[in-house]
Amino acid sequence: MRSSRMSDAFGQILIEKVINVKKETIKRAAAVALAAMMAGTALAGCGESSSNATSDSPSSKTDSSAADPLADVDGSKGKVYWLNFKPEIDETLQTLAKDYTAKTGVEVKVVTAASGSYFDTLTAEMTKPDAPTLFVIGNQQGVKDWKDYALDLKGTAIEAELNTDAYNLYDESGKLVSMGYCYECYGIIVNPDLIEQAGHKMDEIKNFEGLKAVAEDIHARAGELGFDAFSSSDMDDSSSWRFTGHMANLEYFYEEKEAGATWTECPASLTGNYMDNYKNLFDLCINNSLTDPKDLAAGGHNAENEFKEGKAAFFVNGSWEYAAVSETVPNATMIPYYCGVEGEEKAGLNCGTENCWAVNAKASAEDQKATIDFMVWLVSDPDANKAMVEQLGIMPYKNAVASTNGFLNDAAKYTADGCYVMDWATNYQPNVDEYRKVLVSALNAYCADQSDANWAAVKTAFVDGWAVQYAAING
Amino acid sequence: MEKTKKKSIFSNPMRKWGWFFLGPMAIAFFIGFVWPFIQGIFLSFCDFNTVSDFSIKFINDKGQFALFENYINSIQSPQIIYSLGFTALFAVVSVIVINVFAFAIAYALTQGIKGSNLFRTIFFMPNLIGGVILGYAWQMIFGGILSLLDLPDLRSDTGIGFWCLVILVAWQQIGYMMIIYIAGLQAVPEDMLEAAKIDGANKTQTLFRVIIPNVMPSITICMFLSLTNGFKLFDQNFALNSGLPTIIRPATETSPASFINSTQMLAMTIKATYDKGSAFHGQAQAQAVMFFILVAAIGLGQLAITRKREVQQ
Repeated sequence: MRSSRMSDAFGQILIEKVINVKKETIKRAAAVALAAMMAGTALAGCGESSSNATSDSPSSKTDSSAADPLADVDGSKGKVYWLNFKPEIDETLQTLAKDYTAKTGVEVKVVTAASGSYFDTLTAEMTKPDAPTLFVIGNQQGVKDWKDYALDLKGTAIEAELNTDAYNLYDESGKLVSMGYCYECYGIIVNPDLIEQAGHKMDEIKNFEGLKAVAEDIHARAGELGFDAFSSSDMDDSSSWRFTGHMANLEYFYEEKEAGATWTECPASLTGNYMDNYKNLFDLCINNSLTDPKDLAAGGHNAENEFKEGKAAFFVNGSWEYAAVSETVPNATMIPYYCGVEGEEKAGLNCGTENCWAVNAKASAEDQKATIDFMVWLVSDPDANKAMVEQLGIMPYKNAVASTNGFLNDAAKYTADGCYVMDWATNYQPNVDEYRKVLVSALNAYCADQSDANWAAVKTAFVDGWAVQYAAING
Repeated sequence: MEKTKKKSIFSNPMRKWGWFFLGPMAIAFFIGFVWPFIQGIFLSFCDFNTVSDFSIKFINDKGQFALFENYINSIQSPQIIYSLGFTALFAVVSVIVINVFAFAIAYALTQGIKGSNLFRTIFFMPNLIGGVILGYAWQMIFGGILSLLDLPDLRSDTGIGFWCLVILVAWQQIGYMMIIYIAGLQAVPEDMLEAAKIDGANKTQTLFRVIIPNVMPSITICMFLSLTNGFKLFDQNFALNSGLPTIIRPATETSPASFINSTQMLAMTIKATYDKGSAFHGQAQAQAVMFFILVAAIGLGQLAITRKREVQQ
C-alpha cells in the first residue's frame, strides 16, 4: 500500500517534470549511460578478479593458442600446457611452442605467471579442467604443497637426458617430483676494470682478507677515484632478498659443510656457527658503499644502475644479471662470497635452481606423454635448445649446447679448478616470507645503529627465527 | 489493494525496467561476491590446497570432534591478537582524522570561496590512485623526509610507521568523504540557517546546533566507510610497511624466541597465514570468515548508534 502510494507520487512528479522535457531527456540519457557504465565496470571488475591472478598487465600474460589459429593441431596426440615461472623467457617459449606445433601437430600452450605470483596462479590454474601439464616445483616447500600433483619422473625419457641429478627434487617417499631445467649462480659481481683503475689486481681477491683490503681502499679513496666499492645494499622488498636470501646462504652452506652432508630436508634448527662470517661480508657491503647504511632501510637506490654506470666496483647479485650488466661492463666477472672461513680460497659460486619441471600427475596419459616429448625436444633439438640456453644460461642435459653466460662460465671454471660449489641451502628457509621479513627488520635496526645488541637481534632472527618458523609450519 | 498493486507493477516504468538495470549488477554481484562468499565459508571448515581439491574432517585422528579445528587453531598465534589490537587502534585514529579533516574541508568549500570546484576536484583525486602504488610512492616520500629530519625509517620504527600509514590513508580518503559531506552540507535547509541567524546564533552555535545535526546522515555513512576501510586495509599496509619492524624477543629459559610484526594489520596477517603453506589454507580461510563477521558487526553497530542521532527534517 505504502509503496504503491509512493510510486504514484513519483509518477506525478514525473508528469510534472515532463513539461521540462528537454532537460529531463538529457538527464535520463545520462542516467542510463551511467547505469550501463557502472554495470560495465562491475562486470569488468569481476572478470578482472578471476584473471588477475595470472597477470598484472596484458604483456605479462601471453597465450599462444589464443593468438595463433593452429591449423594443424592433432587432438589425438595429447596436448601440452606449460605454466611458466620465468617472465623473461616467455617470448622465447611462445616462439618455440609455435615451432613445435608446426612440426609435430601437438598443441602447446604457454602461459606465464606474473613475476612473484607464480604459486597463486598455479593454485588457480590447477582447479580448471584444462590444468597445466607442465609446471614448476622449485623447492622443498613446493614439493610439500604440490607433490600430489607431480608425476614420478623416474625412468621417463626426460630423466634419461639429464647429465646430473644435482638439481632433482624428491619427496619423502623417494618420488622424483621435479628436475632442474636450468640452474643459476650468485655471488659478488665485480668490475675488473675499476679494480685495476684503483691500482689493484683481481688476483689480490682470493679470500675475505683480500676482498676487504681492496674494498676498504676503494671506499676510502672514493672521492678521488670517482667510484665506490659496493653498490647500495637496499633493504626494501625489491632488493633485500640479495642479503636475506642469497648472502644468508653462506651461513647455511658452511653449516652443511661442517656437518659433512648437504641438507635433503629443512633442518629443525641452525647452529649459527658461521654468523660472524655473514657479519663480515654484510658489514663490508654496507660500510663501503655509495649509500649511508642508515638510508638503506628506505631503499630507492638502483644498485644495478650504479654498477652498470661504473659508480661501484662490486655488486651482490646473480647470473641472471649477466645480460644487463655485460651491456656496459663486458668484462664483468663473478667471485664467491668470501667471508673469512678457513680454506675459502677453494670456494666456488653459489649454484642451484628454483626452476624445476614437474609433470601433472592428474593429466591424461596422452597429455603426459606429449609433455615429456616436448621437454625432450627442448633439451635435445639443436635449434630449440640453442634458443633456450640463450635465455636460461645453462641447462644440465647431455645434449644441451654450451652456455653464453659469462657468470655461469665463471661458475664452471671454479668447479673445473677444483673449487667447491656452494649449493642453495637457502631454498630450505622455513616459512620463507615471514623468516626473511623478520631478518630484514633486524638488519634495518642494525644498519641504523651497528651495536652489539642490534647484531644480537639479527642473530636471534637468523638462528632462532629458523627454529620458530620451522615449528610454526610443522606444528 | 491487490488491484492497485498489480496495476502499479505494469504501469510504473521503474518497476517494469528495474531488473533490466539491476540485472547486470546482480549477476556480477552473485558471481563476484555471493558465490565466492558461500564457497569461502564452506572451505573454512576444510583442508584445501586449490579450491576444488578439499577435504572436510568431522572427526580428527584422536577421535575428537574436529569441524571447528581450523577456527580454534587459527587464533592461537600471538601475532593475530596483536594485529587485532593494532588494527582497532588504527581504525579509530583514521576514522577521527579522516572525518574531522573531510568535514572541515567540505565546510570551507561550501562557504562560496573562489575556485572551490577546482579544489574539490583536486582533493578528490588521490582517491583515484590504487593502494599499492600509493604505498610505494609514499614510502619514497616518507623515506626522503624522515632521512632529512634524521629520524628512523618508517620500517624501523613502529610509531613512525603507524603515523605514516594514517597520513597515507587520510590523504587518500579525505577527498572521497569530503564529497559526501559537501552533499550533506548543501542539503541543509536555507530557512533553518536563516532562522538561526535571526535568532542571533553565532557561527559556532550554528555549526554545532544546526548544521551538524542536519548532516548526521552524511556523518553516519562517512564513519561507516572509513571505519570498515580502516579494518579491511591491506594494500597500503602491504606496500608501505609490510608489517615491519618486527619486535624480536630472544629466547629465554622458559620460552622460545618470539617475533611479532608490529605494523601488520589483520588482513595482512590472514595472508601470512595462507602463505605458510597448503596445510594452512583452511586456517587462513577460517580467519577470513571471522574477520568478515568482526568487520560486519562493528560496521552495523556503528550504523545503529549514529542513526539514532540523525534528525528528521
